[in-house]
Amino acid sequence: MTTTPSIRSPIGQRVERTRSRKLIAGRGRYTDDMRLPRMLHAAFVRSPYAHARIAAIDPARALAMPGVRHVFTGADIARVCTPWSGEAPHLPTLKSPPQHALAVEIAKWQGEPVAAVLADSRAEAEDAAAEVAVAWEELPAAADATQALAPGAALVHPALGTNLAFQHTVAKGEADKAFAGAAHVVEASFSFGRHTGVTLEPRSIIADYDPSLGTLTVHHACQAPFQMQHVFAMHLGIPEHLIRVVCPDVGGGFGIKLHIYGDEVAACAMSKLTGRPVKFIADRIESMLTDIHARDHRVSARLALGSDGTIRAMELEDLCIIGAYANYRRFSSGEGMLILFFSGAPYRIPNYRARFRMPFQNKNTTGMYRGVGQPIACAVTEALADRAASALGLDPVEFRRRNYLREADFPTTSPGGMPMEKLAFERALDELVKLMRYPELRAEQRAERVKGTLRGIGLATFVEITAPGPHYYGPSRHGVSSNDGATVRLDPTGKVRVISSVTDQGQGTETGIAQIVAGGLGVRYEDVSVIHSDTAASAYGGGAWGSRGTAIGGEAALLAATELKGNVLKLAGTVLQADPGTLDLVDGQICNAGSGVVRMSLPELAALGYFRQNELPPDVQPEFAVTRSFNPKKMAAVASGIQAAYVEVDPDTGIVRLLHHWVVEDCGRLINPALVEEQIRGGVVQGLGAALFEHIVYDERGQNQTATLVDYLVPMASEMPDITIGHIETPYEATMLGAKGAGEAGTVGAAAAVLNAVNDALVPLGATPIGEIPITPDVVLKALKKIT
Amino acid sequence: MTDETRDIALTVNGAAVARTVKVRQHLVDFLRHELEITGPHLGCEHGVCGACTVRVNGRAVRGCLMLAVQADGAEVATIEGLTASGEVADLQEEFVKRNALQCGYCTPGMVTTAAELLAAKAPMTRAEIRAFLSGNYCRCTGYQAIIDAVEATLARRLAKR
Repeated sequence: MTTTPSIRSPIGQRVERTRSRKLIAGRGRYTDDMRLPRMLHAAFVRSPYAHARIAAIDPARALAMPGVRHVFTGADIARVCTPWSGEAPHLPTLKSPPQHALAVEIAKWQGEPVAAVLADSRAEAEDAAAEVAVAWEELPAAADATQALAPGAALVHPALGTNLAFQHTVAKGEADKAFAGAAHVVEASFSFGRHTGVTLEPRSIIADYDPSLGTLTVHHACQAPFQMQHVFAMHLGIPEHLIRVVCPDVGGGFGIKLHIYGDEVAACAMSKLTGRPVKFIADRIESMLTDIHARDHRVSARLALGSDGTIRAMELEDLCIIGAYANYRRFSSGEGMLILFFSGAPYRIPNYRARFRMPFQNKNTTGMYRGVGQPIACAVTEALADRAASALGLDPVEFRRRNYLREADFPTTSPGGMPMEKLAFERALDELVKLMRYPELRAEQRAERVKGTLRGIGLATFVEITAPGPHYYGPSRHGVSSNDGATVRLDPTGKVRVISSVTDQGQGTETGIAQIVAGGLGVRYEDVSVIHSDTAASAYGGGAWGSRGTAIGGEAALLAATELKGNVLKLAGTVLQADPGTLDLVDGQICNAGSGVVRMSLPELAALGYFRQNELPPDVQPEFAVTRSFNPKKMAAVASGIQAAYVEVDPDTGIVRLLHHWVVEDCGRLINPALVEEQIRGGVVQGLGAALFEHIVYDERGQNQTATLVDYLVPMASEMPDITIGHIETPYEATMLGAKGAGEAGTVGAAAAVLNAVNDALVPLGATPIGEIPITPDVVLKALKKIT
Repeated sequence: MTDETRDIALTVNGAAVARTVKVRQHLVDFLRHELEITGPHLGCEHGVCGACTVRVNGRAVRGCLMLAVQADGAEVATIEGLTASGEVADLQEEFVKRNALQCGYCTPGMVTTAAELLAAKAPMTRAEIRAFLSGNYCRCTGYQAIIDAVEATLARRLAKR
């Protein structure tokens, strides 16, 4: 029978997270906490150069050291592991040569692994890695992005004849004409620093190949275990059904643990070569050199404005600086594509043209890190919005109100072509103005200025892709799944087990799934347990990326719970000789729908269905385990909201102090406001880090200057403001659940709000508007012309 | 050189422990590898992130910046010991209630540092709590719920005095 899904409590409640009590007691079990019999530890020899030929590798001294069992070179690994490439059929002009797990012949970035040592302990492996003698011949490095496309530039891949990996343009309307006829034009240039995610738990893997059965079991701190299973099958030649990838507790992801890393694949290859478990845990310097990097853009952009204060056109040109290869399976193009898709997205913009060019550099690979390009789209759009407001003599709030897409405009597409379902910018802005007491805050800002204190207020409307459907990665033919699934199983005591394909690196997706099943089925939250992140146990799933876990995995769980509820009520109808349509399941009790009069308990029915089927009519087969999958039918569930930053700038030191931050977010139906709020706050703090502190810097030889946490500044508690969150809910209409993603929203808007706030504080002093993040004290003092 | 060892005897979470350790092994590797106490985590191994924070002779210290041999004769407590003794039960309850942890990797260190703050039983402003916890990075939460949890626990403990 068909049952309409019910969105009932605890959906929407602030229930306690499933794993909190375990983690708070120090009982988390992360990959590095596990050890297996006969396990060997890997340490990698990495290129000290940005670009160098490997003339020879001599492992003799390393092999003679205590505890050392094996040394493998790139060529050794290549014998059991095929290379991969970041090219894809849907991007036919994208060029990226094959790359090996460990470099063979030429290393193309500092930190690229070229050899590996296996030893009885990590310390012994590290000792020996330092003694592997590599004869290097340094080659010219492409390390200055501004010169990457200039004639005569050092080439990352000489055979390609260019450093241009890819470029893409989108256009709508007639931008040239609109600019020619504009009443005002505002333009600006921007520079966005390179970042990385800094998961506090470094990348971690234990590979365990059993040659007797040909099975590979991998415990992996990763976001997408099914993707990794597919990768290991393809490149190591192990049948996929003999591979099992399990994620233990994972200490943060943020995109970093989504990607395919040569050292991790090599760990699996070495387990296959040795028939022993191999553990690899990156240390922090390895993490900073080799965890996926992101951002690193130079953008110039402009807006054409009509005399009525409306936007007539937008143009944007982005240099999207990548590494030595396009990222395998994600192509390093996501940042640029999302900048094109989402620049100008909150506004009515009839004419638009945007292009990005993607040059190779002899630097670490870039890929997906929380927000993916959208923080850049947001910062550029919203900085231009403030400059436009200023040119027109309008308050930034008024300028936005005048130009936002209205609710009646939906569905529509962004200027760059992203389909967008209903969004509510005006409502979000109204809510924000109320939440932050905007007029009073402006009055306070003016009063402080009279006292000589420089304060600024910055707004940032954000729009972001969440829960992408198969249209997004399907055309790449690279095995990126937008599917998720769940098995919901009723056990004989009336308790419920969910086996879900989602993964959880701390977001609380597991909790959301438990709430959805409890609410959708009609049992108590504490009677539901969830396991996930095991490719041998659950339906197939895409993993955690693109803010998709709850929106897609939750929909699958709701569908499965709903069908199980139908099965339960059908059996109850048989037993009670009632029409199942007149029955309901509430808090684990089968009752009359409407009146709530209890007819029998779920444990009674379950025991009957499992143990005393002899009491049932012969044609009745109870079905208490239901598996359902869900794949979005649309391109994406676009989510949105608005943020505001309140800052104080010290004009003598250039230090920016964050006084307060506000977010009004709309992630569709809220499954658990407490989880969403902490996701938003955490995302905001990563965006605030981007705004003021975080920056990976390479020197002119392609040497990473920021490979420790002393150099790469992660936000600390004392530097962060309190963050007030407001919610509006426009449930997503394409699913029963109505949830959109929330995991990246904070990061998408935070830096833009700070950039606008700092300029709001400084520009009245005659400072040059800042278009650079991180906004370090130097950047502020330069804007104030106090230093050059 | 790397194989040089020393005998050490110390108390870990209330239990006497005697081991022969390599002189180059730091305290957290000792706890994790030799004693299988996996609550303290390694986030950077260069003294910045605070995930390895443990209590040594009553003070919260960076377990990655202290050698195991330096803990000879010391009283060491980790999140496992602080949890078992009930000393931080009120703080842990506030963390859970406020969703002040996500991935949980920083949490043992964060709680260990906060336990030192709470043990001082001195009133602290919110800004002072933020400053006190600044040696412990959290990449997930945005800190606010952590500060709320510590502030609430401190207020309750001070009210009880």
